[in-house]
Amino acid sequence: MTKNNVDIVVIGGSAGSIPVICELIEALLSPFDFAVVIVIHRSKNVISEMEQILAVKRKEIMVKEPDDKEPIQKNCVYLAPQNYHLLIEETHSFCLDYSELVSYSRPSIDVTFESIAEIYTQKAVAILLSGANGDGSHGMAEIIARGGTGIVQEPSTAEYPVMPQLALDANAGAKAWTPAQISTYIHTLNV
Amino acid sequence: MDSQTQLTAEELNEIIQLIYTQHGYDFSDYARSSLLRRVARCMAIAEFKTSYELKYHLINDKSFFAWFLETLTVNVTEMFRDPIFYKELREKVIPTLASYPIIKVWHAGCATGEEVYSMAILLQEAGLLSRTKMYATDLNPVNLERARQGIIPLKQIKEYTTNYIKSGGKNDFSAYYTAQYDNAIIHKEYREEVVFARHNLAVDQVFNEFQLICCRNVMIYFNQELQNRAVHLFHDSLSPLGYLAIGIKESLLFTDIKEQFEAISPLARIYRRKK
Repeated sequence: MTKNNVDIVVIGGSAGSIPVICELIEALLSPFDFAVVIVIHRSKNVISEMEQILAVKRKEIMVKEPDDKEPIQKNCVYLAPQNYHLLIEETHSFCLDYSELVSYSRPSIDVTFESIAEIYTQKAVAILLSGANGDGSHGMAEIIARGGTGIVQEPSTAEYPVMPQLALDANAGAKAWTPAQISTYIHTLNV
Repeated sequence: MDSQTQLTAEELNEIIQLIYTQHGYDFSDYARSSLLRRVARCMAIAEFKTSYELKYHLINDKSFFAWFLETLTVNVTEMFRDPIFYKELREKVIPTLASYPIIKVWHAGCATGEEVYSMAILLQEAGLLSRTKMYATDLNPVNLERARQGIIPLKQIKEYTTNYIKSGGKNDFSAYYTAQYDNAIIHKEYREEVVFARHNLAVDQVFNEFQLICCRNVMIYFNQELQNRAVHLFHDSLSPLGYLAIGIKESLLFTDIKEQFEAISPLARIYRRKK
């Protein structure tokens, strides 16, 4: 991987994904030269401490829920807010959307993957982790079709293998990696 | 469904232009990422394969546009969405509204009215509903008609009851509606206090002066220019020290008028117009 090949890394996960997401954040070599966006299926209308849960081990990395129209910056980790879909505008800012559920979810991983594929094309990396439904497969296909990189957690290492398995079945071009392999990849991005 | 229908940025521009010239609705300053999804969704539901088919129907099929507009705009809403917002409203805003002899409240972009009735319940519990005039506006006439009826699918009531309790509600939530078959209907005394009318934040002007304006999760569909226009319109529609409530993930930071507002609840995104 040569320098500046990647502008954004988007991580989608559902049931069983949080420990892996923490591991991946841990692997970031800061300051990192790209933005990280995390989309997790989560409860709505509750006071959430997810930002703190994810940020706990690396004090210098701030995990932030973006506001609508907030510009996307490098060296930042963003978490999709509860009860909104997270989209990307062509001006490289976030755009929230409170429309119908997709795959029984809002935020939906497909929606964010598709939007990132559209705007970031080959400079996007999508990572899909453990989960129990079919969200993310279609978005992963969009990422790969536009020249981006698709990585799926090796299903045998996932607490809930359904989501990564469906994504691999639908996407021959996706890499099936263990959390350790994904961590190594993230650690060496853009260096 | 999701967006199996592909649509390019150029095709979207042509469709926006066509809607404006044929039907007078201006979507040119809507956020492109969400608008693209909405148009693609309309095409998928209508089973159109190309943007040419959509354009054909927008021009030649008179009955099509009403369906298109209803499907294009986002009409998702909940009662007591973000209970923390209603809690802050209860504790920090409503007590100060009591000092006005007549209270005027505007819900801009009310969709099917769930948040309007949530607010009406709060005002009733504070003993203020009888001297409040509530205006609820939307650009979509179908939404306004539904909102007027105040009918809520019964299967959502459980969730709304939970939200109501989390917002600090002390009453029995079922005191506010009558259940019949699969629906709940909001009691007449709440429906009668609301004036529903069409208003389009993209083109329409100030129409009254308010002590509280609620516009939550509406401006997320706008680009920054249109957000700016809307916030100016709200500023000019508020009495001095009037309140503006926006969605919990919306921000005034990206507008040129942010200095004219003071955040009274940064968490719940409730602002107050400076004098």
